[in-house]
Amino acid sequence: MLEKVLMKGNEAIGEAAIAAGCRYYFGYPITPQSELIEYMAKRLPEVGGMFLQAESEVAAINMVYGAAGAGARVMTSSSSPGVSLKQEGISYIAAGELPCVIVNIMRGGPGLGGIQPGQADYFQATKGGGHGDYHCIVIAPNSVQEMADLTALAFNLADRYRNPVMILGDGALGQMMEPVNFDSCKAMLTDKPWATTGMGTRDKPNSINTLQLQPEKLEEVNVHLQAKYALLQTQETRSEAIWTDDAELLVVAYGISSRIALSAVKRARDQGMKVGLFRPITLWPFPKSELADAVKMASAVLVVELSSGQMIEDVNLAIRCSKQVYFQGRTGGMMMKSSDIYDQILQIIAPQGGN
Amino acid sequence: MSNKVFARPRALTDVATHYCPGCQHGIVHRLVAEVIDELDIQRKTIGVVPVGCSVLADQYFNVDCQQAAHGRAPAVATGIKRVHPDKVVFTYQGDGDIAAIGTAEIVHAAARGEKITTIFVNNAIYGMTGGQMAPTTLANQITATTPKGRQEDSAGSPIQLSEMLATLRGAKYIERVSVNSPAQMAKAKAAIKKAFETQLSGAGFAMVEVLATCPTNWGKTPVEATRWLNENMLPQFPLGVYKNANEV
Repeated sequence: MLEKVLMKGNEAIGEAAIAAGCRYYFGYPITPQSELIEYMAKRLPEVGGMFLQAESEVAAINMVYGAAGAGARVMTSSSSPGVSLKQEGISYIAAGELPCVIVNIMRGGPGLGGIQPGQADYFQATKGGGHGDYHCIVIAPNSVQEMADLTALAFNLADRYRNPVMILGDGALGQMMEPVNFDSCKAMLTDKPWATTGMGTRDKPNSINTLQLQPEKLEEVNVHLQAKYALLQTQETRSEAIWTDDAELLVVAYGISSRIALSAVKRARDQGMKVGLFRPITLWPFPKSELADAVKMASAVLVVELSSGQMIEDVNLAIRCSKQVYFQGRTGGMMMKSSDIYDQILQIIAPQGGN
Repeated sequence: MSNKVFARPRALTDVATHYCPGCQHGIVHRLVAEVIDELDIQRKTIGVVPVGCSVLADQYFNVDCQQAAHGRAPAVATGIKRVHPDKVVFTYQGDGDIAAIGTAEIVHAAARGEKITTIFVNNAIYGMTGGQMAPTTLANQITATTPKGRQEDSAGSPIQLSEMLATLRGAKYIERVSVNSPAQMAKAKAAIKKAFETQLSGAGFAMVEVLATCPTNWGKTPVEATRWLNENMLPQFPLGVYKNANEV
């Protein structure tokens, strides 16, 4: 498929997953990700795959656990309240080191919240979400094309590191249509000798088990997981830096907020202001050193999120609170305008009311 | 020259289990393993073990296993079976796992006619956590969380899961058995075999509910416990075939 086609972000994730070799999907309907579950229901049987609508988010993520443990490339998707329900299963999947892809097309919260876009699940996605010391790899696209490209990457990372990968999008990215192609969506398949496929010719059975009653053994498991996470932190951070070399003010945003922020940054550059944009693409592992490099020339940082301020904590940690950090956020499904961000850029750069 | 007339099934590992004296999990494990051997499916079977006393059963069954979160075994088994429809997948679950925290998962696995086999061990109490009320605890039965006996007006009445699931079209074979005597064990084994054969035939969902004793948490000797089961559990949980859609 060399030509670009016009697709919704949700659908692009589905098509990219299939291109990346995903043949199993378990999910439960929820707005604003329902295009994805509907797309998989239609497309998977066409490619010899299997679609199942589960009775709950809880069941869906545990079906993913079973399928991933059985060696399949498997995906589930949901939106904020549904992803909360999946957290138990995600903790087990991380503990069992099972590769899978979990999509969260975020909406406003807390509680049932609303159905308009939000970015308030950052803490849940990047800090664990369920119980225990674990991390998902968390990837944040900011266009329909990236929803495709990063979905394929997500499956490959999941298999390579035997770790759940979360694609953290939002209702705007999921619903909007943009041209997209799937040229770069390739399956890099790995052997899975650990999978429970039935013993076959193996001498010994395989077991996927997350229980360790001996504390010494459980600590070993945790040390092993932490070593993997440390490796991920050095190997798999991804980010985009635009006009950061000489930036005196660095705007930091991800996902749909980074699109709005870029418009404001471009306008400021047109006006001769030294403003840059730093966009984390992996939210976990967070691109700490990349951000620390990008911020060197700056005297201030402006973090833009569709939340009350969550990623801002990682920004402050990455730069060790070495700069003044400002924040702009909207919640409840409300979006800031690029002019709102531009106005705040002006205030930060020219606090005395200069031009 | 002597003939070996009794041996450990191939589908059981050669380890001592952690089960309490008089616990009937060991009997049920053996019956499942004997059936796996007789059907010659050890190398294509994947077990799903629960949270509860049988949480370590993946160490006892000599087949590939996954250990599921509490109550989620039927969902995990669904994921495995959908990936490997040519393999044999069974869940092994206790009463708290299957009829309290995991009620939704078992009901919907049965409703879908998921081609899995479920072995449900009902001993009317939470064993692993020390004897609290189960969804199958009898009326007025004393447990650690019903110190004055289970009061139906506040703590509800026992769930009869076999009867419930038998109403679903996707459930093709449902039987309740006990392992309280050699004769009952033989019947239980025959039921377990039918439940696996139901899966092998591709018919749909099958479950065998095994009434079992928990001497430790019932506060009884093993012999007293078998008597208590016969006198108290059988009236609430009658033995028998609740569904045999395909007359296997």
